[in-house]
Order: sequence, then structure tokens, then C-alpha cells
Amino acid sequence: MSETADTRKSVFISGNEATAEGGIAGGCRHFFGYPITPQNEIPEYMSEHLPEIGGVYLQAESEVAAINMVYGAAAAGARVMTTSSSPGIALMQEGLSYMLGSELPAVFVNMVRGGPGLGNIAAAQSDYWLATRGAGHGDGRCITLTPYSVQELHDFTAGAFEIADRYQNIVMVLADAILATMMEPCELIPRRDLPLPDRPYAVGPHDRSERERNIINSLWIDFDVMEAVNLRIEERYTRAGEEITDWEEFGSDDPQIMLCAYGISARICESVVMRADEAGVRLRLIRPRTVFPFPTEPIRRWAERVDATLVVELSMGQFVEDVRLAVEGSCPVELLARSGGNMPTPGDVLQKVREVARHVGVAAK
Amino acid sequence: MAEEKLINRYPDALTDVEMRYCPGCTHGTAHRLVAEVIDELGVRDRTVTIATVGCSVFAYEYFDTDAVQAAHGRGPAVATGIKRVHPDSVVFTYQGDGDLASIGMGEIVHAAARGENFTVIFINNAVFGMTQGQMAPTTLMGQKTTTSPRGRTAEEAGWPIRVCELLDTLEGPAFIAREALSTPQRIRSAKRSIKRAFETQLAGRGFSLVELLSSCWTWWDMEPVEAIYHIENTMTEHFPLRIFRDCLTGQSEEVDSNA
Repeated sequence: MSETADTRKSVFISGNEATAEGGIAGGCRHFFGYPITPQNEIPEYMSEHLPEIGGVYLQAESEVAAINMVYGAAAAGARVMTTSSSPGIALMQEGLSYMLGSELPAVFVNMVRGGPGLGNIAAAQSDYWLATRGAGHGDGRCITLTPYSVQELHDFTAGAFEIADRYQNIVMVLADAILATMMEPCELIPRRDLPLPDRPYAVGPHDRSERERNIINSLWIDFDVMEAVNLRIEERYTRAGEEITDWEEFGSDDPQIMLCAYGISARICESVVMRADEAGVRLRLIRPRTVFPFPTEPIRRWAERVDATLVVELSMGQFVEDVRLAVEGSCPVELLARSGGNMPTPGDVLQKVREVARHVGVAAK
Repeated sequence: MAEEKLINRYPDALTDVEMRYCPGCTHGTAHRLVAEVIDELGVRDRTVTIATVGCSVFAYEYFDTDAVQAAHGRGPAVATGIKRVHPDSVVFTYQGDGDLASIGMGEIVHAAARGENFTVIFINNAVFGMTQGQMAPTTLMGQKTTTSPRGRTAEEAGWPIRVCELLDTLEGPAFIAREALSTPQRIRSAKRSIKRAFETQLAGRGFSLVELLSSCWTWWDMEPVEAIYHIENTMTEHFPLRIFRDCLTGQSEEVDSNA
């Protein structure tokens, strides 16, 4: 985003509302959704604001219907989004797969809550696999952004529409119940009228002298045609890896232990890095801002220089698998996992740091 | 010498792709009727066909319009999304009884309840055709299918659903009719209702649906002509032909196929 700070309005706002306003700032004028805690302020906000600016809010009869309305609107050329939370996103997976197969852009926000099953409504990160691997059946995947503040929720949601169109792919903003409901200062991107994205493939009224008829479809009976679709999609993922992989690093330039965490876990780990002296261990935090594409290269680079890596996540060992794939055995990788809405304090993480240090022979206090 | 007069032609709104339907199936008739209506209303370049899952899954190849292929049962939700972006488009879903009345019952009821301004062509042949003849929500009592091999019983599978009557309880729909693709007269009547449904949409009046009682001689285990008689003599008994609602005229009446 190119806006300077002085064109933005500074507000104190919840993550849900900042997400909704981010969607509007990103050009979203069509929203289809279904209520589910902890993200209900988003559809409420959209139902109030979108009609005022010529947009459409529609409450679907289910998440299954919502995603298919998103599919129709994306096929018709609109910037469109939906938001939900874990069980709702699971219901949307069929539609996600159809959209990936039909190569349609749209933005999804998942305010992750505890699971499996009905779980609870507390913060969790246990939809990491669902977001990065499980976008329904087939080979498609969601480009996945992982904000760690209300400001990033706003900015990432706004920016997601351009990314979705650039790669003709779903972009998932993966956050959690804490980010959704907490309030923070946030500088809002000004609303503006964006031209509709250039989608020559979109359906709708047209002049036959200007284009042939358009068909949005994910049914390819012919083996070679089906494979060609998957190769084309895969090529976009490779390109996305080169162009939009994003992460932030924080801490010692000569670390003994690398911390890896995203989202709300990274917020905790920032505090841990600031308190590294308490454990007497030099720490560096690598915080992915995209997890698909995954910042493999910086994690691998630091893995070769540290004695160990500690992964902190609010799930039972999902994100750690991507870290291990990046580290490729360059150093031991240990995991601090909490779930069910529980989360480690910075003190808990520091204690785990001491434990990891002991395992690899690093002196700690 | 008598003057030459064109009395019939291949519709512009159909492509010349060879259809995959069984010979003798009434899908071809239904396609032709819809295409003729699109031609007569001059809306081909505003039309978006929603192909669904079933024997008509390739409908996007046959209708010469913009098209979107929808997941099983989700056509009305996809149509809703398109129509909310392009209110000036002409959108119709083409759904079978498995798609509409089984897996897609939620989507069709809510689209109807909202009065979404699109048209539904509902093919009711009382069987899952594409997946090879399983029981459908509209399978008649006693009807043998590959998953009701002793004939449908209420004890095992309950009763067939009458979709038009069910939707007719709602305020949202603007046009609801059930027609049959059995005799030439009934086919002409079916075309009148299809045209009425599209005119309802063009007038911005809301949800319109035409159910077409159709044949599936392949999975009914009948000769094609016998299957046509089955529509006429048996299906119409359980699924009465009727214009349930016509907001443009306020009409609600038995279908008079001789009109």
C-alpha cells in the first residue's frame, strides 16, 4: 500500500471491524456470509456499510451457499469476499476447490477458533493445514496471509484482492479469535472507488462482436487438459513464491536459537525476544507474513547458523512441519504447542527456550 | 407456386456440439425449448447459463451463451452471486431432481424465499440419471431403481417430494409451473411456461421456476416411447400439471395443453 500515514485516519478499532474496512478499502463491494463466532462483527459491519457505497451485502442460508455466491460473483467479475471461522471454512471447502479449479479470485478471512468439531470460540491456529493444504479436494491451494496485529489484518485484507487477481487464486487471510476481537490503534486506508479488475474471462452481458462467450468451469474430462490446468495453477504458485513471499525478522544478529511463529504466537514471541537476556540466550524471531508461499529461504539460512529452532504455535504441530521442511535437518527443531484457547505466556516460552538450549548444549540462565 | 415460409430452424442459442444425452431422452427437447425462448426474447448475449451436476453437466457446451458450471446442488447460490453483480443479466439454472431436490434443497428454497430474480429449469425424471439410475427424491412409490431394487417403499425411503407445491408456500416466487414433455401439445405448453418464466425475470419480478416432467427410459428400463406414455399416464398423477403462480397475470390454474 502506497498511502502515506497522513492520508490514513487513525482509529481505535477491533480486528473484525478493521478487517471489514480493509475489504472495503481493497475494493470489495460484494460480501456473502453466514454468522459464526468470533467473526460476526465483519458481516454486521458489511451489512451496514456496503449498501451505502453501492455494494451488496447478502446473508446466505449457509456457508455452503455463501461460498457459491462468492463463486458466482467472482465469475461475474466482482471483487468479492467472505469471512468465517473454522467450522464454517470447513463447510466452504467444496466451493473453495471449485473456485481454485475455475481459477477465480476472491478473498477469504478465517478467524480461527478451537477444534476439532464444534470446538470452542477461543483463539487457535489449528486451521494451518486447512488453509495451506486443505482447500478442498484436488491440487489447488490458498495463498495464505498471516497478520499478527489489527493493523496487519486491515492492510493484508485490503491488499489481498490485488494478489487474488494477479494469480487468479483464492487468498486466505488466516487470523484467530484474539486478533478478531481485540482492539488496537489502526491507520485506515482511505476508501476510494477502484475500477473493476480486468477479467476478460468473466461472464455477464456483452456484445458478441467484442468477445466470444465465456465459460467458467472446472470440469476437464480429458487427461491432458486437466493436467495442463494443474500445471498452469502450479506455475502461478511458483511465481507467487518468487514475488510475494513475505516475512519479518526480529532479534539478535548472531542468534543461538531461532524462534519461528506466525500470527498471535509471533506477538508472544516478540516479547520473548525482548526478554532474551533473562534466559541468557541470543534469540531471533522469524515471523512469516505469508505461509503459502512459505518463507523457506530465510528460515533455511538462519537454521544453518543457529544451534536449534523453537516453533511456537496454537495447534498440535501443524506449522512446525513447514518449518522442518525449510530447515531440512540443518538444526534440531522443537515445538511448543498449546491448544483449546490456551496459549503460552512469554515466561512459558522463555522456560522452553532454556530447555531447548540445554538439549543442544547452549548455556542458559 | 406456393410462397416459401420458414416455419422452423435450429435455435441460435444452441451450439452445434453433439449432445451426450441418450437418444430418446427429453433433455434435448428441454434444451431446444429454452434456446428458442432465449432467441425469441433476444437475450442471448445477456444470458448466463448455470450448468449443474447430473446428465446436464455439459449444458455449458450446448447453450451458446456465457455459462458457469456449478457444484452439485449449488446452482441457485451461484446464480444469486451473478445476478447480484449483474442485475441486467438473464440467468437461468438447469437442474435435475437429484441436484435441485436432494443435495440442493437448501439453496433452491432460500433462493425462492428471497425472490432472487433468475429462472430455474427443473428437470424431474424421478431418477439419478448420470450416476446410473439410483433413487431420487422424486422417485415414485413402488418405482424400481438401482438403489430401490424392490421398488420404493415409504418404510425404507419415505415419499417423493413435490417441489412446486413446496415452493408455492413461499411469498418469494413470482412464477411456478409444472409441465410435461410428453405430447406435442404439452411440449408447446411447456414452452409457453418457460417463456413466461423468462419474461418474469426480464420484468424484474423475481424467482421463476418451471418443472418439466421428463423421461429417462434408460434407467426406467422402458422403451423410449413407453417412457413418454409413463410421463403422461403415471408421473402426472403424482405431479399434477399446473401453473401454480404467475405474478404477471395473477393466474393460478390447471395447465390447459390444448390452448
